[in-house]
Amino acid sequence: MENNVSKSVVENILEVKNLRTYFYTDNGIVKAVDGVNFNLKKGETLGIVGETGSGKSITALTILGLITIPPGKIESGEIIFDGQDLLKLKINNLKHFRGNRISMIFQDPMTSLNPVFTIGNQLIESILTHQKISKKEAYQKALDLLDMVGISDKKRRMKSYPHEFSGGMRQRAMIAMAIANSPSILIADEPTTALDVTIQAQILELIDNLKNKTNSSVILITHDLGVIAKYASRVMVMYAGKPVEFASINDIFYNSIHPYTLGLIGSVSKLNEEKKERLKPIKGTPPSLIDLPKGCTFAPRCKYAIKICKESFPPSIEEESGHFAACFRAKEFLNKSLSRD
Amino acid sequence: MVEQENNLLEVKNLKKYFNLKTGFIINKSAGSVKAVDDISFFIKKGETFGLVGESGCGKSTVARLLLRLLKPNAGEIYYKGINILKIKQSRMFKYRREIQIIFQDPYASLSPRMTIGDIVSEPLEIHKVADKKSRINKIKKTLKVVGLNPEHINRYPHEFSGGQRQRVGIARALILQPELIICDEPVSALDVSVQAQILNLMLDLQKEFNLTYLFIAHDLSVVKYVSNRIGVMYLGKIVEVAPSEELYSKPLHPYTMGLLSAIPIPDPELERKRQRIILPGDVPSPINPPSGCRFHPRCPNAQEICSKQEPELKNYSKDDNEHLAACFFAGKPI
Ligand SMILES: Nc1ncnc2c1ncn2[C@@H]1O[C@H](COP(=O)(O)OP(=O)(O)OP(=O)(O)O)[C@@H](O)[C@H]1O
Ligand SMILES: Nc1ncnc2c1ncn2[C@@H]1O[C@H](COP(=O)(O)OP(=O)(O)OP(=O)(O)O)[C@@H](O)[C@H]1O
Ligand SMILES: [Mg+2]
Ligand SMILES: [Mg+2]
Repeated sequence: MENNVSKSVVENILEVKNLRTYFYTDNGIVKAVDGVNFNLKKGETLGIVGETGSGKSITALTILGLITIPPGKIESGEIIFDGQDLLKLKINNLKHFRGNRISMIFQDPMTSLNPVFTIGNQLIESILTHQKISKKEAYQKALDLLDMVGISDKKRRMKSYPHEFSGGMRQRAMIAMAIANSPSILIADEPTTALDVTIQAQILELIDNLKNKTNSSVILITHDLGVIAKYASRVMVMYAGKPVEFASINDIFYNSIHPYTLGLIGSVSKLNEEKKERLKPIKGTPPSLIDLPKGCTFAPRCKYAIKICKESFPPSIEEESGHFAACFRAKEFLNKSLSRD
Repeated sequence: MVEQENNLLEVKNLKKYFNLKTGFIINKSAGSVKAVDDISFFIKKGETFGLVGESGCGKSTVARLLLRLLKPNAGEIYYKGINILKIKQSRMFKYRREIQIIFQDPYASLSPRMTIGDIVSEPLEIHKVADKKSRINKIKKTLKVVGLNPEHINRYPHEFSGGQRQRVGIARALILQPELIICDEPVSALDVSVQAQILNLMLDLQKEFNLTYLFIAHDLSVVKYVSNRIGVMYLGKIVEVAPSEELYSKPLHPYTMGLLSAIPIPDPELERKRQRIILPGDVPSPINPPSGCRFHPRCPNAQEICSKQEPELKNYSKDDNEHLAACFFAGKPI
């Protein structure tokens, strides 16, 4: 992705190269992640957007080594973290990274909270697994963590079980678990989709503040373009398992050169818009990942599609500095010979 | 409130309390969930009235009360000037025909064993409208109207995508040529690109058939896009009602202000400049709602009076367009 190798070594905390994760099912091969490339810089929030089934979660789970094999299989790729390819590590060594240096916040907090243990127990357990400190110190650390995630009445809360918490508090508790061992990368997969709007805002602010405080990096997965606009500095847009555009936040919103991204942006209403402009939806629906169309997977829905689009998949090209797109017509958008309407 | 004749629907002081059964956590005396607690609003013919609010604030309960799937504890529901809580069975049948609903979940709301044709024609059957042959024509015509292929009449729901299934739900609601359609989170389960298709379809149909919508959703951007006027609910109460534009540009209730501020706008430059206020705390339980104004524990503007007295919904508009808010300090910035 980055041509300048020496530079990328300095500032990239994570590099994902040509990642492919397939599922072998009775109905055929599901190409859930099919050639994902990106790098993550220290201290940034990288957004991943795309509609349901586009491969966002599988990308995250592959990075964390959480794909069940079989039916899953990592077909190809490298995940370079701290100079090592995580895909080449033995399970035992991987444990050191997962949930420790790279950790995850899920949409459903109960995927990482255990209903039969108190929040305190789970926090202390997680700290002691990765840090050589005394139980007493771990207890103090757990209290500090609850403080950091904004849970008041901490001593009592340590003794509570997850079900005694509200949805927002559970999410906070899970975030406390996720940051317990000061990870360098926090992957947040739709961290607030199940929460109320005002609570969503609290949790997203919390994640952002923690990131700034600890100078860690965040991969923020969401289908909400507003959340992306607010928190991400760069964005990868995925469609049917493939990254179709990758750029800075401003280029994605104001200078997109991929019809799918343009379509997504045209599909959402903006709260601040005064005159009611009619939404411009993308026609049709995303394809089945088993039965992908020949050529560009977006071509059947694309109003700009030309002959070549139906014949081969366009390679991802850096059309301008830091701005990648997989579209045969990207150059025309860029030099404005094709209007984005 | 406002002159009666333009109002297709008018709701007055509607209440629905759910009694809590004796359980292991709550004992009998613990009382009830005040799901809808004394709310009033009207919907004018041909307009879209949006109802927003966070999970559990009572939106779906309002929908179920209007459809008479639930019996209210108190209140009146006037449809074309007639209190439908007091009418005879025979008139009720007519009312049921004129009011239809579109549900949130296109997966759960369509029976998997029925064909698309059967699903869409079921209301015709129930209301004994049209004979078999003209029914088929009607179904095909309606499928076409909602953008489905009329030839797919014998297919089953699982053969369709989420957006297509929602179109089936819309066709079903449309086939009896209703006056009012209650839409309870009609696009929440759909992907954004498909949401936009359905929203546009709903707006087109409204124009074509002069429909009136009650549009319920938790997504304020979507509600604002489709609605003429919006009511904001918090814990079983309506706290503010205003024309859509005005609700956004001049919110009067601090909860509305917080809600608007919490929603990030898909425009990064604007987001960078925008001052955000993050409301603290959790949404309280409707079982024992806070005293006085229910919003006071989370309200940055709360004073002593707010915990003691319940503010009334008052009109703050200087022109004909009502702008109601229930706050002692309405309009004060948070
Ligand atoms: N175990 C599995 N077996 C077969 N297919 C799978 C499996 N897990 C995921 N998939 C498929 O992989 C594709 C990508 O899934 P993924 O969960 O990454 O989507 P997503 O982009 O996160 O979507 P959403 O927005 O709905 O969370 C989907 O089509 C999904 O059905
Ligand atoms: N049959 C019932 N018995 C007891 N409580 C109920 C019942 N139906 C709803 N409630 C309660 O009434 C309150 C309002 O519920 P309602 O479904 O109307 O909320 P809503 O605004 O539609 O929420 P959502 O956005 O989650 O759909 C909630 O606290 C709910 O738990
Ligand atoms: Mg996912
Ligand atoms: Mg509801």
